[in-house]
Amino acid sequence: MSSTNTKPSTAVLDHDKVADQASTYVAKFERNETLVQRFQKFLHHYPIAAPSIVLILAIIGFSMIVGGRFLHPFNLSLILQQVTIIGVIGVAQTLIILTAGIDLSVGAIMVLASVVMGRMAMDYGFEAWLALLIGIGVGAVAGFINGLLITRMKLPPFIATLGSWNVFFALNLWYSKSETIRSQDINAAAPLLQWLGETINVFGARLTYGSLLMLAIFFVIWYALNWTPWGRHVYATGDDPAAAKLAGIRTDRILLSVYILAGVVCAIGAWVLIGRIGSISPQAGYTTNLDSITAVVIGGCSLFGGRGSIYGTLIGALVVGVFRNGLALAGVDVLWQEFTVGILIIVAVGVDQWIRRGTA
Amino acid sequence: MVAQYDKTPVLQTKNLVKRYGSVTAIDHADFELYPGEILAVIGDNGAGKSSLIKALSGALIPDEGEILLDGKPVHFTSPMEARALGIETVYQNLAVSPALNISDNLFLGRELLKPGILGKVFRMLDKKEMERRARDKMAELGLMTIQNISQAVESLSGGQRQGVAVARSALFGSKVVIMDEPTAALGVKESRRVLNLIKEVRDRGLPIILISHNMPHVFEVADRIHIHRLGKRAAIVTPQSHSMSDAVAIMTGAMEVGESEDAAA
Repeated sequence: MSSTNTKPSTAVLDHDKVADQASTYVAKFERNETLVQRFQKFLHHYPIAAPSIVLILAIIGFSMIVGGRFLHPFNLSLILQQVTIIGVIGVAQTLIILTAGIDLSVGAIMVLASVVMGRMAMDYGFEAWLALLIGIGVGAVAGFINGLLITRMKLPPFIATLGSWNVFFALNLWYSKSETIRSQDINAAAPLLQWLGETINVFGARLTYGSLLMLAIFFVIWYALNWTPWGRHVYATGDDPAAAKLAGIRTDRILLSVYILAGVVCAIGAWVLIGRIGSISPQAGYTTNLDSITAVVIGGCSLFGGRGSIYGTLIGALVVGVFRNGLALAGVDVLWQEFTVGILIIVAVGVDQWIRRGTA
Repeated sequence: MVAQYDKTPVLQTKNLVKRYGSVTAIDHADFELYPGEILAVIGDNGAGKSSLIKALSGALIPDEGEILLDGKPVHFTSPMEARALGIETVYQNLAVSPALNISDNLFLGRELLKPGILGKVFRMLDKKEMERRARDKMAELGLMTIQNISQAVESLSGGQRQGVAVARSALFGSKVVIMDEPTAALGVKESRRVLNLIKEVRDRGLPIILISHNMPHVFEVADRIHIHRLGKRAAIVTPQSHSMSDAVAIMTGAMEVGESEDAAA
């Protein structure tokens, strides 16, 4: 190129000479933070920290109030049993909330799948494992329908799943004829359906296979979210869908896969549900929808998507379980358990907002 | 690396046309990008420069005319296809995911998997290798004031984020990097860093198409300036042959060109 600098370019260079002498750091990191700001940053960097601290404080608190009964392995394993269903459904809900969605139909999918499993095994005489697979298939189809409503018809997830919640619940009542399948009948004809309710003894703790399956599901989904390209794409889709698309991610496919997977997890939750309550009732698990959202929110997942950890949900579910169990052991009325869970949700979201303000 | 204008253009369009209903956004436009150069594309709002850029990056399918990459005709139907052939675009809104870390962002959509069964069956990410390559590329481009490759992009300043986006394009772009308004949202110091970064990328052999409204920036880094007006190329000038006010005059139609079109020849 020509080396003669005529007027315009020299003017530019002069203008920028001052800037060249400036500090070469694009941005310096301020070191003079207060302790509170550091704590805020720590919580922001480790989203699992806040719920973990609450869980540990709650366990310490209740063991002081209630005493040894609370810390007994039997009681701790009871808490684990009590949170198993919420934990499994919470996994499904976490996947969806990570994409900045919400699924109000998770509980309905679970109950519908349990009714289908029950009728397949009891009324149509299918082998129990086949009945389970058909139930899981129903969960996948239900999730697929939600996914289509959201990706193809562009409905907001809240509205789409509010609608499908009612539809799935009505289908469940129709298909079950509003009848409960009794526990002893299942035990006689298809004991595999109840297998997850069986317990093994470990040092006085009574672990159900359902609880172990829940932990396995958490591990598998943790792996998928953190160690596979798909997981990175789920986070990116929830974080900033436009940016994800520009980076070459087919966000609609990711969303569809998330809703299908959530449906499958809910159907596995149906199996856990049968194990937990023994019978199959179209009215079971009525509060699971909102409880799963509670676990996710207390676990530190952002409802705006893209932020949060799957283990946060496990801890969130445990926090709720510990509070309910501890308050019950302390002889506090059930209504105050609800009250406390409500406060926990508000505090969790409040803390989440505070953490974000500090680092924005 | 010095621009080589005697060679085949890396990226070229001939008689490109795009119509939206009765509006002609690209009107038989010609365009050439040569190896080793920074070509700025300027034009008034509505001149059709973003349509031209979209056609080059695969985001828009032209109605007529042809696009040549290294002299061979190409037909992009999506940005993915353009990218697969080595044309990377740094978008104005950056296309980075704030909550993901630098390394994840650099490889977003093109993650590396572990070799063997872990990668093939379990689809396991090779985080170490991605971090290593990310660190290498950031260091190569002089971006290592960013201490921690695993820090979230949201904790970076605007200029550093732009740096991540540029590093990504340099990491994967094998033919052309298109930059859309890379300094638009930045302060003086940060703009300076990004302009140096653009030259750095050019000096490493990647030709760059720079779209910008900022005349001082254009005149500082560009080797040639493609002035777009009314859907086609009005002139090609160089910072040496024309002043900024000439360029603006051509851009707005206040000045006719013809006498000095030889600048780049």
